[in-house]
Amino acid sequence: MKEALYQLGEYMLLMRKTLSIPDRWSMFFRQLIKEIYKLGVDSLWIVVIISIFIGTVIAVQISLNIQSPLIPKFTIGYTTREIILLEFSSSIMCLILAGKVGSNIASEIGTMRVTEQIDAMEIMGVNSANFLILPKTVGLMLFIPVLVIFSMFTGILGGVLASYIMGGGMTPSAFEFGIQYYFNAFYVEYSIIKSVVYAYIISTTSAYFGYNVKGGALEVGKASTSAVVMSSVMILLADVILTHLLLT
Amino acid sequence: MVEVKHIVKTFEGHTVLNDISAVFEEGKTNLIIGRSGSGKTVLIKNIIGLMRPDSGRILYDDRDFISMDKPELNRLRREMGMLFQGSALFDSMTVLENVMFPLNMFSHESSKEREKRAMFCLDRVNLPGAEHLFPSEISGGMMKRAAIARTIALNPQYLFCDEPNSGLDPKTALMIDDLIHGITTEYKMTTVINTHDMNSVLNIGDNIVFIQDGRKEWQGTKSNIMDSGNKALNDFLYASDLFRKVKEAETTMEEG
Repeated sequence: MKEALYQLGEYMLLMRKTLSIPDRWSMFFRQLIKEIYKLGVDSLWIVVIISIFIGTVIAVQISLNIQSPLIPKFTIGYTTREIILLEFSSSIMCLILAGKVGSNIASEIGTMRVTEQIDAMEIMGVNSANFLILPKTVGLMLFIPVLVIFSMFTGILGGVLASYIMGGGMTPSAFEFGIQYYFNAFYVEYSIIKSVVYAYIISTTSAYFGYNVKGGALEVGKASTSAVVMSSVMILLADVILTHLLLT
Repeated sequence: MVEVKHIVKTFEGHTVLNDISAVFEEGKTNLIIGRSGSGKTVLIKNIIGLMRPDSGRILYDDRDFISMDKPELNRLRREMGMLFQGSALFDSMTVLENVMFPLNMFSHESSKEREKRAMFCLDRVNLPGAEHLFPSEISGGMMKRAAIARTIALNPQYLFCDEPNSGLDPKTALMIDDLIHGITTEYKMTTVINTHDMNSVLNIGDNIVFIQDGRKEWQGTKSNIMDSGNKALNDFLYASDLFRKVKEAETTMEEG
């Protein structure tokens, strides 16, 4: 308990250092573009691939499990859409991104710490936390919603593909009717709101573990693992809280 | 001039720096020497503010470093340069971007002027043609020179070097020593070097502070280090083959 409180305090102090006005806006925007490209755009391919496959699998699984003649066929499309919009594209996708992006952030900052690059910045009078962490946080908060929207489209597209390829109980027309049936636009907003919060959690939690590394390569590896585990737990916790706040 | 007064630093009850006082003079290369684990790195980290001493004072030209407020501290930091043992170049930036980094952060000159200044610094450390290479693509000696170029980009008044010759061959080490000594006299900087390289001691030791077990044992220059009469310093010096041979040659000359 004491250790957890200590870590929370350290995290708060790091956030106070991070969330301040950048020393030079031109350098901040340059870093921001770099981070959006490195953390966001480079994650696009994995988001698209995973979403198409999971969308396909969700549609097939639902089709296999809803064999009753009492349940209309469009339910497959409807359920696939609801799962993708409500949970998959935001929460599950961000859990996956916590692994990819979170470990990248923790290992990059951790390596900079153990090779004294962060000390070098501090000696120059640069606010290292602000320079290194803020562009990552802002970049992810701006771009993860874009990834989530891509994931929604490609996930539903995967379901549509399944309806064409698999056949059986699933027909493309019924599926397409299902994905349009009783559409609630707020679910998209809900997903985007969640993804912005997750982006903040992933970037700051991972940066915290990287920034406070002490030791060498082994500790950087451990910090990277801890960053992914803690980010994932925090995402799940935030999911419960946000769902309660926004949907109930 | 940098002055440390009665610095004490302890870690979990273990005293690493025990009442150290020393003066590091302007325009001179001031060396801190001592065995591994004697407290040299902790002392330099306290002087540059990466650690905070438990007690004592650190004065930069009579400005009290420890009691400074944040804006004053940031101003002073821009007058300081630090050359780290592993160079600490930013991996994600090219050599030129590394040298331009402090200029981009703090200089109000135009982009062209900043680049010109960075190229001048690279030229000063004999590193032309390497500006577009990344740190992983250059040798250890080149990394040190690039780090020196980054350090002098903002014309610092105070230069600190932590083991600048570690991992370098003797010839490159000598070149780095000469470079540091050259820029120290040229820009009238106060340079503090933490080393246990005996070549450096004989080559550029204008002012030498010897530390043993966290205590200052001796302070002098390269010309009187051999005749210090300090047993701990002699034990440290004559563990080096170089110093033994120099001493033997001196004795032979005196007898001859």
